[in-house]
Amino acid sequence: MSGKVMDAADIRRALTRIAHEILERDRGSEGVAIVGIANRGDDLARRLARQLHEIEGVEVPVGVLDITFYRDDIGLTSEAPLVHETRIPFDVTGETVVLVDDVLFTGRTIRAAMDALMDLGRPRRIQLAVLVDRGHRELPIRADYVGKNVPTSRADQVRVSIEEVDGEDAVVVEGAR
Amino acid sequence: MNRHLLSMHDLSAEDVTRVLDTAESFREVGTRVIKKVPALRGRTVVNLFYENSTRTRISFELAAKRLSADVINFTTSGSSVSKGESLKDTALTLQAMGADAVVIRHGSSGAPHQLTTWVRGHVLNAGDGTHEHPTQALLDLYTMREKLGRLDGLRVAIVGDVLHSRVARSLSFGLVTMGAEVTLVGPPTLIPLEAPTWGVQVDYDIEAVLPKLDVCYMLRVQTERQRLEYFPSVREYSRLFGLTSRRVAQLPEHALVMHPGPMNRGVEIDSDVADLPRSTIEDQVTNGIATRMALLYLLLGASDGGAP
Repeated sequence: MSGKVMDAADIRRALTRIAHEILERDRGSEGVAIVGIANRGDDLARRLARQLHEIEGVEVPVGVLDITFYRDDIGLTSEAPLVHETRIPFDVTGETVVLVDDVLFTGRTIRAAMDALMDLGRPRRIQLAVLVDRGHRELPIRADYVGKNVPTSRADQVRVSIEEVDGEDAVVVEGAR
Repeated sequence: MNRHLLSMHDLSAEDVTRVLDTAESFREVGTRVIKKVPALRGRTVVNLFYENSTRTRISFELAAKRLSADVINFTTSGSSVSKGESLKDTALTLQAMGADAVVIRHGSSGAPHQLTTWVRGHVLNAGDGTHEHPTQALLDLYTMREKLGRLDGLRVAIVGDVLHSRVARSLSFGLVTMGAEVTLVGPPTLIPLEAPTWGVQVDYDIEAVLPKLDVCYMLRVQTERQRLEYFPSVREYSRLFGLTSRRVAQLPEHALVMHPGPMNRGVEIDSDVADLPRSTIEDQVTNGIATRMALLYLLLGASDGGAP
């Protein structure tokens, strides 16, 4: 499979559906907080919070989490992994935290994100929302909310473009050459 | 980045920006309830201090611990060094113990450089003789950028015993790299002759430079290194170059007063001045931990491909 697998309208519909699923699963937005994983997960997190606001009329706390210091490949890359900002302006203790990322692949990023989150407090629950699940897990992790399941080969590249960063919304799969 | 941090000349403007940006993230970690991240779990950092410096050693120790590295403090008193072991033999011992990084403070200029030829790990210079103290310079650059929003074009005076100050050398090199305008101020006997080759200005009158500064950086009068031939008396030094309340009033409103510590209140800086809101001495200490975390992370967080 290669080429564009989601366009702007697909992404918008997927996020709207995920917002409804979160409200249904968590019975409203009471005690729900959204935390996006930098990069791109944070932009998706803000959009999801906007959707929740439009549906329920309440402000859901939003944060951005950088998982660099929790990665399991520090010291294995030729340069130390680039660090981004972490800004979680609320206490995660007791909250239902919905982690948001663009692509779910090996699951290693999510493992790191859960460890990072646990060091910030004791969430009541952690749920996972991803725009694309491309398979090939290396850890026992699954998403609670999935925008689209995209079967890929391990060598494929899945590129998520977000308007806020890249100027357009799209998910593209590039086959290995 | 280089494998080691020996001198500010090892860092390009891009490298300095990367260190400061990374330190920014570690500042945020320092505000958490759990101020520790697992980034350097299982790595060993040795603090090898041939001169007493509780402040710098504690700062490095805390930085390494907050990155989850294991820390060994090797100070000269009560160790094999006091039994006459040479730097080389100490280095080989640390090497054999598998140190991933050695932080060294030594009274001889060039000792950290020498160490790089004996150990496989990364070497960080925590002050060598009258040569350099790059981590102090980086935390000072971080503090200036944090408070004033930029480094490029900043007007900074470094006042005092520049001749014996490794802080002054490292900070001057770093500021020049980042595009700041540096003026060294002090008695002619304490300004190094080669100063003009650093790309800095020299002035002997503190009052002439104060009104146009963004940062007034006061150096410690190093009474332990000071022999009296450099200036007639501490009192005269203080009268000519000390930062008094009256002199501080000549600084622009936004200008910072900085000092690397430990201060001699009443000698190079008046007690009242040290406690003004514009003096950043405590911020410098806090930023020191974050900056050293950033350096350890950037040096140790890269693979050792090609290490000798």
